[in-house]
Amino acid sequence: MSINRYEKAWLGFSAVMVVAFLSIIGYFSFVAGFQTPQEAEVIDPTRIEEDGRFAEPRVEEVIPGELYNVYMVARMWSYSPKELSVPRGAYVKFYITSPDVQHGFHVVGTNVQANVIPGYVTVITAKFEKPGEYLIVCNEYCGRGHQFMQAKLLVTEG
Amino acid sequence: MGYREDGLIKLGLYVSYVALALGALFGLLQVLERIPGVTIVSAGTYYLALTAHGVLMALVFTTFFIMSLATYVVTRELGMDTYSPKLNRLSYALVALGTVMAAVPILLGKASVLYTFYPPMKASPFFYIGATVLVIGTWVFAANLLLTVRKWRSAGNSGKLPLGVFGVVATLIIWYIATIGVAIEMLFQLIPWSLGVVERIDPLLARNFFWYFGHPLVYFWLLPAYIAWYTILPRLLNVRLFSDFLARVVFVLFILFSTPVGYHHQFMDPGIEAGWKFLHTTTTFFVFVPSLITAFTITATMEMAARARGGRGLLGWVRALPWRDPVFASIAFAMILFGFGGATGAVNAGNNLNYVVHNTAWIPGHLHLTVGTAVALTFMGLSYLLLPQLVGRELHSRRLALVQVYLWFFGMLLFSSAMHYLGILGSPRRTYDVSFGGAQVAQEWGPFLIAAAAGGVLLFASVALFLYNVLRTITSGARVELQQPGEVPVPEGAPGIVDNFRLFVAIALVLVLIAYLLPTAKIISLGTPGAPPVEIR
Repeated sequence: MSINRYEKAWLGFSAVMVVAFLSIIGYFSFVAGFQTPQEAEVIDPTRIEEDGRFAEPRVEEVIPGELYNVYMVARMWSYSPKELSVPRGAYVKFYITSPDVQHGFHVVGTNVQANVIPGYVTVITAKFEKPGEYLIVCNEYCGRGHQFMQAKLLVTEG
Repeated sequence: MGYREDGLIKLGLYVSYVALALGALFGLLQVLERIPGVTIVSAGTYYLALTAHGVLMALVFTTFFIMSLATYVVTRELGMDTYSPKLNRLSYALVALGTVMAAVPILLGKASVLYTFYPPMKASPFFYIGATVLVIGTWVFAANLLLTVRKWRSAGNSGKLPLGVFGVVATLIIWYIATIGVAIEMLFQLIPWSLGVVERIDPLLARNFFWYFGHPLVYFWLLPAYIAWYTILPRLLNVRLFSDFLARVVFVLFILFSTPVGYHHQFMDPGIEAGWKFLHTTTTFFVFVPSLITAFTITATMEMAARARGGRGLLGWVRALPWRDPVFASIAFAMILFGFGGATGAVNAGNNLNYVVHNTAWIPGHLHLTVGTAVALTFMGLSYLLLPQLVGRELHSRRLALVQVYLWFFGMLLFSSAMHYLGILGSPRRTYDVSFGGAQVAQEWGPFLIAAAAGGVLLFASVALFLYNVLRTITSGARVELQQPGEVPVPEGAPGIVDNFRLFVAIALVLVLIAYLLPTAKIISLGTPGAPPVEIR
């Protein structure tokens, strides 16, 4: 059961690497605040229109230039709203739900993404620093028209 | 003659090759269809092919091959028939029945729900029932092999288990623990709901149980490849394994850490708190350790062999390895590409790196290095070794076999590099057409989609060569005498701490409870009204 010294060194290296990775990831999760979606509300997917936010999907200005709420419905095979516009540097809180199957939500070219699960409202907060036009795609397979599911995000100079 | 199970071992291999052939066709179709401007089939057919490719490759090819390999290892290393050849036959029959029940609706387009079958998208109930029968079949199979080990013990063998059998036992234990998740999902959620007995389903809870099963599933695929690396490679190179003890530690670590890791597939899900996600990040990084040990042990074993053959220098010894031996080359290439796969897996496992690559082409890029190469290429290489022994014929062509292995290596390097890069650019996975109405950013993906297709064509050519070689070997290889089951060398030494499977199973179950009990209760306590089924259209 003796362990070769090179092997011991390798085991030590492995342990250091794992601890280092976890420290970096942990730091960015809990100190720098790069966190994954975790908030969730429940909702009846057959009755989302009874919720004012999803009866009228929209961008809501809460504090001009600083905080915006986006109420979004992801369905087979489109998003509403189809186009949204927010100023750069503002906090954008997305509330997204689905009346049918599971969908994805990925703002291409950013780290903003979440799964959208019927029966739940996904809540995520983001901040866009670079003005421009972004493509939003569904990246969770949702049936025959999955590839048509897209939206546009405009980040304005503010 | 060999052992009483040999007929079924062969049959299992043949079924796995049929799955490989069909799966490869569906794979080729996908890469070609995704080339910008190319349209071969409709979107509906594409998603049918995508489902079939995943199920045939990841579930049918692997399961049948692994059943045959495990039976082969156990009968050879213990030098006996299994506990009950009748039970063994029953298990193969159940797995085959389940496969047919699930495959027919898939091929009829009634189960295009992909191999993750997320509700509330609903497949034909036969799909779910078939998958369940398949799993029950594997339980019977595993029980028979574990009973075989017990019978061997009670026949007065008090020493260490042979290393291959040790690995098989670990694999079967992981499988039992893992399949608890999918069994709960099937029996309490999907089957009653698909039959209309209950009206609604909680899709988040279903994802929770699916990934409880879905990640350790990858170790059910991977460990048999490790068994081959640990036991067959040293024989091939005519050296001793660098460390038998650490090889056993590796299998034990997999028993402990395979299952409590599933949330790294669900980092983007709502309703699971950040702390639990980070716990699963931690355990996922722990499960890297046994693979890092394996990389060391196997490389060190190769170096010993190379130096014994006159290899010199800090790295120059690599040239002294038998690179023209297709079995050796398959294992070496499988391990090299698995190194890359491990590195990209570290990205997937980090909760806050994951959202750059989640559900993008990066993920299939990653899994084609792991299950698609570390496992599949090893299994193809093993076939060149095992089939001739089982059918009593010489391999049709070693040269074709060698070409096949190199084709797979370079094809996969191209395919998976392109897919990883597409993922970083944000291109989604599992999508028929990624042009998104000509969106600017999507146009940048074109060259990489073409590169992925070129890689896919090489991979298809590699599978075609493999199947041709296998077929010619079975039908017209030169006859050789079948190996007689001879004296089986028993490993030296008494069982130590690593042989205490009961203890490790207990620890593994405690870890599973810690990782899953509270967050699962939390999901249930959220109390969603659930979702009614949505038929595929």
